[in-house]
Amino acid sequence: MPKPITPPAVDRVYTLNLGPQHPSTHGVLRVLLDLDGEFIVKADPVLGYGHRGHEKMGENRTYKQFMPNTSRMDYLSGLLYNHGFALAVEKFAGIEVPLRAKYIRTICAELNRISSHLLWFGTYVMDLGGFTPFLYAFDDRENILDILDRVSGSRLTYSYCRFGGVCRDVDDTFLEMTRAFIGRLRSRFPDYHNLVTKNIIFIHRTRNVGVIHPEQARQFGVTGPNLRACGIPFDMRKVEPYEIYDQFDFEIPVGTNGDALDRYNVRLEEMEQSCRIIEQALDRMPKGGPYLNKSVSFRLAPPKGELYFAFESARGLTAYYLVSDGSPYPYRCHIRVPSFSNLHVLTDVFCGTMVADAISILGSIDVVIPEIDR
Amino acid sequence: MGYWKEIVEGGWSLVEGMRVTVRRLCRPVVTVQYPRKQLNLSPAYRGHIEFKRFPDTGTHKCIACGACQRACPSHVIKVQGVKAHLNSAKTATHYFIDFSRCSLCGLCVETCPTKTLQYSREYELEGESRLDSIVDLMARLEQRNS
Repeated sequence: MPKPITPPAVDRVYTLNLGPQHPSTHGVLRVLLDLDGEFIVKADPVLGYGHRGHEKMGENRTYKQFMPNTSRMDYLSGLLYNHGFALAVEKFAGIEVPLRAKYIRTICAELNRISSHLLWFGTYVMDLGGFTPFLYAFDDRENILDILDRVSGSRLTYSYCRFGGVCRDVDDTFLEMTRAFIGRLRSRFPDYHNLVTKNIIFIHRTRNVGVIHPEQARQFGVTGPNLRACGIPFDMRKVEPYEIYDQFDFEIPVGTNGDALDRYNVRLEEMEQSCRIIEQALDRMPKGGPYLNKSVSFRLAPPKGELYFAFESARGLTAYYLVSDGSPYPYRCHIRVPSFSNLHVLTDVFCGTMVADAISILGSIDVVIPEIDR
Repeated sequence: MGYWKEIVEGGWSLVEGMRVTVRRLCRPVVTVQYPRKQLNLSPAYRGHIEFKRFPDTGTHKCIACGACQRACPSHVIKVQGVKAHLNSAKTATHYFIDFSRCSLCGLCVETCPTKTLQYSREYELEGESRLDSIVDLMARLEQRNS
C-alpha cells in the first residue's frame, strides 16, 4: 500500500481547473487540481453537471417505461445496461426467457462491449496525441454499429432488450455480418499492436503511470478492467454468471502492475475474449424458436420486496437495486455505476503525478460522466 | 547500453507504425460523402411513428384507444377520436406527436392493439423551432395517400 502523500509545505499552491468548456457538452467532468509547480498535490473531481435524475425518473414510470432510460446512462454501452435491467426485472418478476433470446442478447451485449472498448482505445490514444488509431478504431466500431443497427434500428441508445427477450428477431445476414466482423477485428489487432502497443512514445506515457494498488482499488470499490489490471480476476460474468455466460469458455485477462499500460492491455485482451464468446454463441444459437416472451403485461408488477442484481458492463460492476411495493411502479430504483468508484480512486492516484500524466491516467480509467451523474 | 538500445528499438517502432499507416493509404476509402451518396437504411430503422395504410380500408385503423398515449414514457403522443354515431366504433380524428421528446423506445408501436403504428423512414429532420418537431400523423397519412 503506497503511503498517502501529504501536501508539501508550499505557501503558494496553484489551482488548475481541468474543467468543462461548456456545461451542455456531453461528458463534462471538472477536476480541481492543486499544483506545486508541475506536480499535483490534490485532486478534487466535481460532479453533477450531467445530472438528469434517472433514479427518480425510475420511480414515476413503469418498469417497461424505464427501459429507454437505461441506455442513456452509459451511452457507450447502452445495450449492456438494457440487458442488465431486463435481467434484473426478469429475476424480480419471475419471467421466463426463450433460449434463442438469451443467445441474441449475449451476442449483442458482447458486440456492444467491443464497441465500447474500441471507442475507449481510439479516444485514449487521441488523448495521448495519436490521431490515426482513433480513425481505425472508429472504422471498426462503425461495423459493429451497422450490425446492431440492423437488428435494433438504433446506433447508440438501443432499447433493444425487453422483459422476456428482445424486440426484434435476428436474421441470417446478422449472423454472417457478425462472423465476418470478428474475422475482420482479429485481422486488425496486429495493426493496432504495431501502431500503438509497441509504440515507444505510447509505452513511455503509460508504463508505471497511474499505478493503482490492489488494496487501494478495493478501498475505493474499483471494478472492471481497472481492477483486473491490478491483478484481481474479478468479473461478474465468471464470479456470479448470469444469463448463459456459464456455458462459454473464456478467460479473464489480468494485469500485474495496475498501471495505465496494464489497463490498456487488459481491455485489448477483453475484446479478444468477447470475440470468443460471440463465436461460441453463434455456433450454439438455436435456429428457430421464439425471441420474445409475449405474456409480459405493460403494467408489470413484481411481488413486494427488493432485488439487487449485478452484472458486468464495459466499465465494471453495474447493479440495479429495485424495491417494489407491489405496484407497477418501482418504489425505489437505484443504479450502482462503476465509473463513480473508478473515478474517485483518482483523488489518491493523482497525488504526486505530473499534469501531463494526469491526462493519461484519466483517459486510461475510462470514465463515462453521464453514467456518474445519471 | 540500454539507452542506445531503447533509441534504436523505439525508432523502429515508429517506422513499424508508419508502415501500417502507409499500407492503409492504399486501401479503399471507408467514408461516404453524405449528401451526394447515401447509405441504405437498416430494415429495423426507427424514425418517428406514422400510420400504416391498410389496403382493405385504404386508411389507418386507429381507434383512439389511447394505449400508445398511456404507454409513452415521455408524453409524446396526443390522440383524440370520435364515434360517428352511438353504436359505431371510435376512430381517431387527431393524432399529434412531439418528436423532440421521443426516445424511440417503441412501446407505442408494441402496445397498439390494431397494429396501425409503424416507424417511418424519415431521418432528415430539421427545423427552426421546437414547433417544427410536432408531427401531425393524420396529415402525414393524407399526404402519402395523395
